[in-house]
Amino acid sequence: MAAGKRKSTNVIIFVLLSILTVIFMVPMALVLINSFKSRLYISVAPFAFPNEETFVGLKNYITGLTSSGFLWAFLRSLFITVASVILIVVCTAMISWYIVRVKNKFTKGLYYAFAFSMVVPFQMVMFTMTYIVGLLHLNNVVGIVYVYLGFGAGLSAFMFTGFLKSVPLEIEEAATIDGCNPLQCFFRVVFPIMKPTAITVAILNAMWIWNDYLLPYLVLGSSNKTVPVAIQLAMQGAYGSTDMGGFMAMLVLAIIPIIIFYVICQKYIIQGVIAGAVKG
Amino acid sequence: MKNNLKKYFPIFVLPTLIAFIIAFVAPFIMGLGLSFTKFVTVTDAHFVGLSNYIKIFTDPNHDFANAFVFTAIFTLVSVITVNVFAFALALLLTRKMKGTNFFRSVFFLPNLIGGIVLGYIWQLLINGVLDKLVGSDITMSSTYGFWGLVILNNWQLIGYMMVIYIAGIQNVPTDLLEAAQIDGASPAKTLFKVTIPMVMPSITICMFLTLTNSFKMFDQNLALTAGAPGKTTQMLALDIYKTFFGRGVAWQGVGQAKAVIFFIVVAIISFIQLRATNKKEVEH
Repeated sequence: MAAGKRKSTNVIIFVLLSILTVIFMVPMALVLINSFKSRLYISVAPFAFPNEETFVGLKNYITGLTSSGFLWAFLRSLFITVASVILIVVCTAMISWYIVRVKNKFTKGLYYAFAFSMVVPFQMVMFTMTYIVGLLHLNNVVGIVYVYLGFGAGLSAFMFTGFLKSVPLEIEEAATIDGCNPLQCFFRVVFPIMKPTAITVAILNAMWIWNDYLLPYLVLGSSNKTVPVAIQLAMQGAYGSTDMGGFMAMLVLAIIPIIIFYVICQKYIIQGVIAGAVKG
Repeated sequence: MKNNLKKYFPIFVLPTLIAFIIAFVAPFIMGLGLSFTKFVTVTDAHFVGLSNYIKIFTDPNHDFANAFVFTAIFTLVSVITVNVFAFALALLLTRKMKGTNFFRSVFFLPNLIGGIVLGYIWQLLINGVLDKLVGSDITMSSTYGFWGLVILNNWQLIGYMMVIYIAGIQNVPTDLLEAAQIDGASPAKTLFKVTIPMVMPSITICMFLTLTNSFKMFDQNLALTAGAPGKTTQMLALDIYKTFFGRGVAWQGVGQAKAVIFFIVVAIISFIQLRATNKKEVEH
């Protein structure tokens, strides 16, 4: 009796969750559907499925990719994200090990400075940061990778040091006795132990940098667009005359890498986000 | 080992330290200083005392005050709605049913999409609906803009908070729940007397995450409404941005002063959060 009741409740919940799933998917499905429609029919009838008259195949994708330099924006975003994540993971792992193993006033101050930087909103530093970055000629696709290291350092170092505090010294000492210098010791012994945290740090930074709009817009401007900047400028640039078809295609193309990334390492992403939320 | 490692300071510390100084430390200190000056390009700054701060509150348009009120109400509504929905979903998804993992993945997905893209996705949907219902779009009324932003924020954050709540609910010891059942507690009573008190740490974390995320929102605001109509749906971060880059000569200092106030408010929230989470852990 109780089991039967529980079973029927579960059926109701399953139906409810299925309806919610559809509702959750509607916004993205709508963009996908419209990306196959002629530009003239998107704003007029966004909820209509493409028919013989409105269907344009992949035409929007071709114009979306070519007309506003979106393909380059895509490649640029990919480069900046991958390069920044690698640099952040390696460099902040190294400085974190130094902070935990060399305990003095300087490393303690550094630790608190990193923690402090996490609570400062970007608006507080955006104007002066843009000025300094321009002064140092870091306002290009390679330079911004180094700027991201500075911005990513807070959360990343915070997570690495949190993990390293629980790692016993003995393993590293054994490696030192075997004749390793600190660099060898770090890359052969310490870094492999930190792998789970490194994955978390990589995922959190990758999601942030791929989606980041204001920093690349201020540092690189409209001549070196990243994906979010290209999308914002495509819509902002031409009032009323935006090619809605190409724009829909751009939105779909911006989401696709995220979905692929999500499908491949979903487990790590969800774990990473929880770890980042609880510790950060 | 320690002394040996110290010799490697330039390799282990300097790359990150210099980047951190360039991106954060120097801009932060300069930003604080510039909020007391009048400037256009940083180099031409001259000291004006507190006049930037005074200008914020004597602004005849009341931009900052309006943005503050809008942001505060938006944040309050978001914190309540996001957490109620996320917690309810988490309860439904911890019943050991088939398909749980699939549903969880779907609800979490929107969190991974960036604010600019999210804003335009919802603009298409909301404008489509409004066109059908009232024959206008989201820029026609600040009420549309407000609820549009709330819905968007819910769509983005529910899955995120849900995942944290699921982890919390799964950590509630099953013998505790069974004991409640044996003692004849109704499901509602079990929820309020056992489950919710046990997941209090998760609730605190999620409340503050929603709070700071909503309070600092920028990308979604820019893409969905850009403040329209007028500046009525302009949140704090967007108001600061527009003061810097859109208000004209000599307003940059005011923008920086607004940013300092914004920073202080966010820092106070973070400090309260730190106190609250530490306290909860001790109680446990």
